[in-house]
Amino acid sequence: MNNLIDGKTGKWEIIIGLEIHAQILSNSKLFSNSSTKFGLKPNTQVSLVDAAMPGMLPVINEFCIKQAVKTGLGLKAKINKYSVFDRKNYFYADLPQGYQISQYKNPIVGSGEIQIDLPEGKSKSIGITRLHLEQDAGKSLHDQHPEKTYVDLNRSGIALMEIVSEPDLRSSDEVALYIQKIRSIMRYLGTCDGNMQEGSLRADINVSVRKPNEHLGTRCEIKNLNSIKFIKQAIEFESRRQIKIIEEGGQIEQNTMLFDSNTGTTRPMRNKEEAHDYRYFPDPDLQPIIINEEFIKNLSESMPELPDQKKQRYINEYSLSTYDASLITSDFDTAVFFEKVLKVSSHSMKNPKLVCNWIISELYGYLKKNDINIHKSPITPDNLSKMIGLIIEGKISGKIAKNIFEEMFYSKKDPTDIIKEKKLEQISDEGSLKNIINQVLEKNTEKVLQYKSGKDRLLGFFVGEVMKLTDGKANPSIVNKLLKEKINK
Amino acid sequence: MENEFSSIDKLLKLLKENKISVTEISKHFIDKIKKSEIKAFIHFNEDNILDNAKKLDDLKSKGTFKRIHGIPIGVKDLFCTKNIRTTAGSKILKNFIPTYESTVTSNLLNEGALFVGKTNLDEFAMGSSTTTSYFGSTINPCSKDKNKKLVAGGSSGGSAAAVSANLCLGATGTDTGGSIRQPASFCGVIGIKPTYGLCSRWGIIAFASSLDQAGVFSNNVKDASILLEIMAGYDNKDSTSANIKIPEYSKNLSSNIKGKKIGIPKEYDTENIPEDIKINWMNSKDYLQKNGAEIISISLPHTKFALPTYYILAPAEASSNLARYDGVKYGFRSKINDSLDAMYEVTRNEGFGAEVKRRILIGTYVLSAGYYEAYYLKAQKIRSLISNDFKEAFNKCDAILTPTSPSEAFPIGEKEDDPIKMYLNDIFTVPASLAGLPGISIPFGNSNNGLPLGIQIIGRHFDEQTILNISNNLEETI
Amino acid sequence: MKIDKNTTLKIARLARIKINNNEIADYSKQLSNIIDWVQQLNEVNTDQIEPLKKIVEIPATFKGDEPELKDYSQDILENAPEKIENYFVVPKVVE
Ligand SMILES: [Mg+2]
Ligand SMILES: [Zn+2]
Repeated sequence: MNNLIDGKTGKWEIIIGLEIHAQILSNSKLFSNSSTKFGLKPNTQVSLVDAAMPGMLPVINEFCIKQAVKTGLGLKAKINKYSVFDRKNYFYADLPQGYQISQYKNPIVGSGEIQIDLPEGKSKSIGITRLHLEQDAGKSLHDQHPEKTYVDLNRSGIALMEIVSEPDLRSSDEVALYIQKIRSIMRYLGTCDGNMQEGSLRADINVSVRKPNEHLGTRCEIKNLNSIKFIKQAIEFESRRQIKIIEEGGQIEQNTMLFDSNTGTTRPMRNKEEAHDYRYFPDPDLQPIIINEEFIKNLSESMPELPDQKKQRYINEYSLSTYDASLITSDFDTAVFFEKVLKVSSHSMKNPKLVCNWIISELYGYLKKNDINIHKSPITPDNLSKMIGLIIEGKISGKIAKNIFEEMFYSKKDPTDIIKEKKLEQISDEGSLKNIINQVLEKNTEKVLQYKSGKDRLLGFFVGEVMKLTDGKANPSIVNKLLKEKINK
Repeated sequence: MENEFSSIDKLLKLLKENKISVTEISKHFIDKIKKSEIKAFIHFNEDNILDNAKKLDDLKSKGTFKRIHGIPIGVKDLFCTKNIRTTAGSKILKNFIPTYESTVTSNLLNEGALFVGKTNLDEFAMGSSTTTSYFGSTINPCSKDKNKKLVAGGSSGGSAAAVSANLCLGATGTDTGGSIRQPASFCGVIGIKPTYGLCSRWGIIAFASSLDQAGVFSNNVKDASILLEIMAGYDNKDSTSANIKIPEYSKNLSSNIKGKKIGIPKEYDTENIPEDIKINWMNSKDYLQKNGAEIISISLPHTKFALPTYYILAPAEASSNLARYDGVKYGFRSKINDSLDAMYEVTRNEGFGAEVKRRILIGTYVLSAGYYEAYYLKAQKIRSLISNDFKEAFNKCDAILTPTSPSEAFPIGEKEDDPIKMYLNDIFTVPASLAGLPGISIPFGNSNNGLPLGIQIIGRHFDEQTILNISNNLEETI
Repeated sequence: MKIDKNTTLKIARLARIKINNNEIADYSKQLSNIIDWVQQLNEVNTDQIEPLKKIVEIPATFKGDEPELKDYSQDILENAPEKIENYFVVPKVVE
């Protein structure tokens, strides 16, 4: 993939690195017992610890440590047996302690890498610099009052994993693939639900530009983006902005940028701190996290199959194409759905390619159109499997199946019921088909003569006429067979 | 009766034998506190005390008699107490009323303690004189001259003074670099700072988290043992709390020190110590030797670096711990509304006193970019060396004997214009704090001016029993 | 003098403490004195020394993942200088 983009003075290369903030799937917060539920009344999920009341102390949620280590293993990264929680000191309305408990010098997970699948079956390796644990801040609402900011601490203290990438990404498409891959891995592991709308996954994007093979340019960091669409827009805009400045003889100022989703543009933050100085130091309220070999071993053994492994298995076991396999495994719930369909009946199990096609070409479309998640699909794996069975047994044609599929989707009905109700079952009974064939041939004596004198392709016309008379329910292969017998007699 | 009112043991006996009620006890102490002019308490509520006394009497009449049933206790105003104003001696928290009770005070309440008030302290426990409190200075009850009032020491000066003046029979304190031991020495009472991690820090307003430790003041070693065994204990709300079984210090208390090896650190013998303090120290050593202890000379080579190390680390932690006092969630808030930052800056300038601000600024400086390695990290490394010094020393001895403080109680107002002079008060107490070791100050001897002096005994981690026993021996000697 | 007036202003700003113009010189002097005094630590060679990691050798305490479903909003807002409904309120922040 050639990622260079054109400027007035020639080609430019975009260099992108990401800091992904992924909310850990846990019931309670990183250092307190408050619930992590989303969307409740302001300040109702805030313990005395989260609100930084005087004398309150943090205690580490061990489950969150496990989730981080599991994610580290999923990113093929080094697990650090000694790690430390540090305080990152700064003042902000939604940061009640006046510091964020984070990890700085000794993160829990060190370097790793993941593969992203590029078009045309290529893949690219993206380096992971580190993964560290930290607490989320609260939420400031600036639009409730003309002179005031309101503060809700419900999010305060929720466990986050910050996953930092190497500056290995070269286009907004690669960035999208990278995020999707990280999200996919975490969803497989059950360590983050990846829900970007609810803010469970956000990213800071570092963007710089350079002429190919020249040294790295100054980067700008676009803060806190929570949709892939916005991320792509922000990168496109920001890289163009930087190229324009340099081409006009200017210099890039290292800045923190905000993205405006209404205009699709970036701008520097207004109240930029006079050079951040976070004064990191180890949090004296917490002891270092010491992990032993056994802890890591137990977690490794509990690791589920990850997207890349699953993809390979689908290619080997089910003979899916690389493209299909990577599509169907990219989302954990889809893969689960696919495997459920296979398991329901031997028909499906013997025809994984057919199952895969129905999911990718039909189900995806309907789900997307109706904005439904696959794990809430109105067509259950059971019903989809039944329908595929009916096709294989010759009870319905592929064409009819599409109608049944639509009906199943909106009515949630069993396909056999739909067939009965609408009398859609394929006609395979030779006696009744012969009658219909006779009718067709009698009506078209001239064409029969033409056929007999050598116009072979008229056979298709006769089949079509039979289908018309049966509303498409006639079994085409039997019709074919019977027609040939009759005319060739 | 005054004699009975000076020991927990004796008072409990009277109560048990129904010779006195908790209400009567409370009235006695309320009366004393009201007449007292030493400003030991910031907060004192007569009705509250009487209410609680009545509840304790009712409990007793129903057959429940707790371990320190009805014993009047003062609480340093750094411990959060449910529904009772908790100020840390600061304007910034002058109206703060916690909705929760610290673990240590709730341990005491569960055993029947009768809280008589919140005692005065240096603002946020930063000081050695209890003169930096927003609520005024505590006066040392041992002051001889009416016109030359002496400091009670600090930062737990209110607690030390209250016990010394018999306004209560015990009081909680906290000790970060000497804040229990030094005022105990100045006021002539027992003060023990246990091993870091023995008492929970949950609900205690933090000054320097890696050093802060709760402890207790009392009039005698037995009382200190009783109170400590009640206050101490594992708390899963504090990650640095030790999950160990707390020994029954009071039951195990003994004055037998035969064969105990007591170390005298040669580095503590500097020419800066006044002669009377040095002589008193040597006297205590001689007594212990006479009573069967083996005295050995030890070396703690990095002693002289303890104080500067402490004055980097403690302010660094404090600068971060005190960031939460920003006028948003609780406490004082300036009326400045121009911007969030302007509100923060004025709130914190007006809400904190001079010494607190000084320490926040020093702490901010030593952590800031470009200085972290030279100051904070350097100090943490030297803290390692100091900790190792003690480890080695305890291979040779069971306890270490030193003076508690390099001076007697000094007049209020003195040393105030020179922070470093004030910091030198902690020269003998800070090393053990840095190493997380338990230390006790026991009244022993007097200065040339007739003021009380204290002797410090430092023990191994979690070996409070040994230092209590040695103190018990010294106490019997006197 | 280790800490000049600009440095004092810079750290005061980081610490969000307003320092009035007439106080800057005083603070700078006091802070410099303290910093000069702690410089004596440079006498110790610490090249091979690790910083202290644990004050006392005790295992760390961890907590489980069971949420406590209690609503503490009353408790945490009780002492707030300014609040509306269930929110803390501060002067407007411009991003
Ligand atoms: Mg970032
Ligand atoms: Zn982060």
